[in-house]
Amino acid sequence: MKVKQTKYMKLSGLEPLVLNENSNFINVGERTNVAGSRKFLRLIKEENFDEALDIARHQVDGGAQIIDVNMDDGLIDGKESMVRFLNLIASEPDISRVPIMIDSSKWEIIEAGLQVVQGKCVVNSISLKEGEEKFIWEAKQIKRYGAAVIVMAFDEVGQADNYDRRIEIAKRSYDILVNKVGFPSEDIIFDLNIFPVATGMDEHRRNAIDFIEATRWVRQNLPNVSVSGGVSNVSFSFRGNDGVREAMHSVFLYHAIQAGMNMGIVNPALLEVYDDIPKDLLEHVEDVILDRRDDATERLLDFAETVKGSKVEKGVDLSWRENPVQERITHALVKGIDAFIIEDVETARLEAEKPIDVIEGHLMIGMNVVGDLFGAGKMFLPQVVKSARVMKKAVGYLNPFIEAEKTEKQEPVGKILMATVKGDVHDIGKNIVSVVLACNNYEIVDLGVMVPPEKIIETAIKERVDAIGLSGLITPSLDEMVYLAKEMQRQNFTVPLLIGGATTSKAHTAVKIDTQYKNAVVHVNDASRAVTVVGDLLNKKSSAEYVAAMKKDYDEFREKFLKRGKEKSYVSLNEARKRKYKINWETSEIIKPKELGVQMLKQLSLKELEPFIDWSPFFRSWDLHGKYPDILTDKVVGEQATQLFDDAQGMLKEIIAKQLLKPKAVFGLFEANTINEDDISVKKTGKEVAVFRTLRQQLKKRDGIPNIALADFIAPKESGKTDYMGAFCVAIFGAQELADSYRAKEDDYNAIMAQALADRFAEAFAEYLHKQIRTKHWGYSADEGLTNDDLIKESYKGIRPAPGYPACPDHLEKETIWELLEVEKIIGVTLTESLAMWPAAAVSGYYFANPEAKYFGLGKITDDQVTDYAVRKGISKEKARKWLHPVIAEQ
Amino acid sequence: MSNIKQALQQRILVLDGAMGTMLQRYKFTEEDYRGERFKDYPSSLKGNNDLLSITQPQAIKDTHAKYFEAGADIVETNTFSGTSIAMADYNMQDLVYELNFQSAKIAKEVADEFTKKEPHKPRFVAGSMGPTNRTASMSPDVNDPGFRAVTFDELRVAYKQQAEALVDGGVDLLLVETVFDTLNAKAALFAIEQVKEEKNIDISIMLSGTITDASGRTLSGQTAEAFLISVSHIPLLSVGFNCALGANLLQPHLEAIANKTDFAISAHPNAGLPNAFGEYDESPEQMGEQIEEYLKKNLINIIGGCCGTTPEHIKVIAKIAAKYKPRKVLEEIV
Repeated sequence: MKVKQTKYMKLSGLEPLVLNENSNFINVGERTNVAGSRKFLRLIKEENFDEALDIARHQVDGGAQIIDVNMDDGLIDGKESMVRFLNLIASEPDISRVPIMIDSSKWEIIEAGLQVVQGKCVVNSISLKEGEEKFIWEAKQIKRYGAAVIVMAFDEVGQADNYDRRIEIAKRSYDILVNKVGFPSEDIIFDLNIFPVATGMDEHRRNAIDFIEATRWVRQNLPNVSVSGGVSNVSFSFRGNDGVREAMHSVFLYHAIQAGMNMGIVNPALLEVYDDIPKDLLEHVEDVILDRRDDATERLLDFAETVKGSKVEKGVDLSWRENPVQERITHALVKGIDAFIIEDVETARLEAEKPIDVIEGHLMIGMNVVGDLFGAGKMFLPQVVKSARVMKKAVGYLNPFIEAEKTEKQEPVGKILMATVKGDVHDIGKNIVSVVLACNNYEIVDLGVMVPPEKIIETAIKERVDAIGLSGLITPSLDEMVYLAKEMQRQNFTVPLLIGGATTSKAHTAVKIDTQYKNAVVHVNDASRAVTVVGDLLNKKSSAEYVAAMKKDYDEFREKFLKRGKEKSYVSLNEARKRKYKINWETSEIIKPKELGVQMLKQLSLKELEPFIDWSPFFRSWDLHGKYPDILTDKVVGEQATQLFDDAQGMLKEIIAKQLLKPKAVFGLFEANTINEDDISVKKTGKEVAVFRTLRQQLKKRDGIPNIALADFIAPKESGKTDYMGAFCVAIFGAQELADSYRAKEDDYNAIMAQALADRFAEAFAEYLHKQIRTKHWGYSADEGLTNDDLIKESYKGIRPAPGYPACPDHLEKETIWELLEVEKIIGVTLTESLAMWPAAAVSGYYFANPEAKYFGLGKITDDQVTDYAVRKGISKEKARKWLHPVIAEQ
Repeated sequence: MSNIKQALQQRILVLDGAMGTMLQRYKFTEEDYRGERFKDYPSSLKGNNDLLSITQPQAIKDTHAKYFEAGADIVETNTFSGTSIAMADYNMQDLVYELNFQSAKIAKEVADEFTKKEPHKPRFVAGSMGPTNRTASMSPDVNDPGFRAVTFDELRVAYKQQAEALVDGGVDLLLVETVFDTLNAKAALFAIEQVKEEKNIDISIMLSGTITDASGRTLSGQTAEAFLISVSHIPLLSVGFNCALGANLLQPHLEAIANKTDFAISAHPNAGLPNAFGEYDESPEQMGEQIEEYLKKNLINIIGGCCGTTPEHIKVIAKIAAKYKPRKVLEEIV
């Protein structure tokens, strides 16, 4: 029925539900109702909220657009259960995306529900049963809470049970709500009472038809309202005969919807398609619903004997096992379930002509589904890596059969060379990209870490790869990438060059790398983009166009970026020194460390480090972005993050229990004074043993804002005071071996996991050691009581900047730390030619204790400081330029 | 009261920029925050910017004046954290009424001076009501998703106290802003309705949400449109977004709501995204260019700035806003 309407109801969960003139019937899920579902009641009584949530989730998955929640039962605390359940729903984005219907006969439960739901809900219900005053007051409150409302056709006299009473109460309720309360008419929903028919009593014969006719009147005469009802009531007298009930429900709905009923509580499992109802049954049922014959009830009762229930309960969890083999394999790949994959692959192999057909057919079909879902953002990285694990297991099983038949291997869509560049040892990101590409049927030639450019070039030619992917985490790697781009150009390469890794950026790629190589250079910063980018690059038809667009984009970006760079101005090093960060050394308190000299720490249990782990970067390393712990409940990636986190916890337990990783540290605390403005002289018992060279900010700043160098945080020699500083290196040994052991089992997922956890342990170790320094070894902050959260936010006194990071981007200073602490000799951490640490899960840096010491970013520096730095350090200017390259301002 | 509605029909109104960014320039010390009155207060007070309305009122007044000079029609009171819930961080719950009252009073004094000087351009004061530091529809404890650190009623009571004090102090309208959890905002709206009823007044409400990331949702997970639907039960003067994103990233979300509501649309974005060091470095001209895109599309009725914006930004924005017509708003919402 088309009703003339000026306003339409709008509801919201996390997402909007907006009615309009074309809206279909709104289906309200009813299973989270203790009055309607015995199972739900039992779960709530047992406080088994996890399973109770599953019921809600099934409803939404099954198409419910609103979910009705009802906790009215004498044996439970309705208010508390309502609040708890709605709070839990709020943490489940796949449920809370739909609006909630708060269903109770008690006002206090309704109000408690309204106070915990952020979206616009529906209150079910209010009525004139207890008089106008209460009705008005409740309606006013509901309006103020911002909800729509179901009004029952009920007044002081009783429930409306015929046509006239229904329209009388509806009209009166409407007038009060709209005129006295100012309730928006589009937010009113009438429940006109659906009562059973075919009960055998004469006064019930018109129950259905009166509802339908009253609905028609209400929609035509009360503008903008909706009409709802609980449909299953109508078939109450046929409990036990689902076949008849299903038919009755669909016949009733068919007519009620035509009359204007636009929402309702319907159990989709108990609904037959109107057109599928057998003709004879349809006729009998319509006779009853529409009250067309005096003997309609008797005739339907007789006929019902011949009708049996049509729906069969089916096993929920493993029902997919009954599907054809292709669907089973696809399901296993998409869900990452490896329990049955060998069995299924074997079935497929026996059916196939050649074993290779299973890979090229069944498995590729499944992986394409995975690829599509991933591309559409419907699967997340950890899921894809799990899919790959299932895929590998399947392929591993098939390989011997393929070898035996000596058929050729499957044809990959492209061959990609992957490498972490010379001097760099970080490869988590590269491994993830490799796995994702491999999942998408690319053949990967992975050269590992610290790969010299000659080897990359040589392998690329020999293997005739279709693209080269370079990864790097530390700043010197950027120069390696530039060098490689130059080499590729010199040797007339044409294949695309992909750039990735934490230190890379679109800006650097556009300005420094893209300009060196005439063919495609693409910065790919997350693994999820890698597949589409490579796909576009290697697509023979469209790649030329894509590359041209890419080049143009980088051109424009570069131009913009360079223009932006020119807007910044710098002061001379001399000027910057005049504007140093000034600490009043007369009043600043200097605390002498309790333990001077170098110490090592070896007998440390991983268990002690666990509380210091900052999990947010862990998720980042898997391309899941968000803050821990919020990420676990994130609406988009929450489910995946939780799964990943559980897996990580599992491995963490094993690592700790079996001591699979080994933490080692060396640190030292020394006398120190700033000399020559920017250098720090480090002494042991008065004798200079090392000099740290610090770099000073040169960006021109507003008056009063200092140009900082780390040296500013140490008392200068001229002050006459002896100050102190420290240095440290922590490392986690054994990650590579652990990862390799997983890789040997074709388990990339856990290999990457092991490396990611080792990285987290290294950071946690640095945090732990810093705390020990503050409270014990140096002891300047002996009484601090900080939570782990405070530590992550770095709300303690003193800093531990690391060479290679923003405050001191020069990696060369690591050599000074290595000499001072004899790092390699004492704990065995080495430096590569690019000054990356090995093992890779390691952190090194300085300690500054002054309360005014703070982290800062150096920004860009100018040529005068580069010259000065070279002289101070006693190195050639060329060498200084090479290492400071990323921070030298464009002149 | 009807003044601002009239002005809204005629032109795009300009809201001020960041208060915090301006106060940072003063480099107030712990002593400055304390002033004479709180010299011996037991807990640290540095960082309690709202307190400066009492201990450094001249700085607050000067900041308001700078924004009015730059062309702002509306300034926000220095009360972003002025609820008993947020003030608990400084143990200053008891000071909430006074803080809000004083902040409103001094802002109104400055506004009146400017209105007197330029009667053709009346200036307004919006009582700023921030989100507090707790969320009513999310658990801070990952192991207990059903837990809540604050209830609707606690928020309602706190907001009611703030709204009362702001109204008593003389604000022209109330601005519920930086809404990252819609349920918090609903508690604020509920409280304001109660104040309106008890004082028998009508006061305009601006409401501004915050889209926190590229997913285009609020922190509590709602889409822009779902957020709009969830707060439209109260007759608002305007609805819009502020903070978290720079002007260009805010545009799609403004577009998502602009044609779905009869309320006026407001935006006060940040000066870009924070750089690697947490500073906002988008220049007034850069920000102005992006905002001009909104205005060209006729999306906006009220425009201003959030984190990192300064009078220089507002000056540029005001100049641009003067060139464009406001988005059409229905005369009165039926």
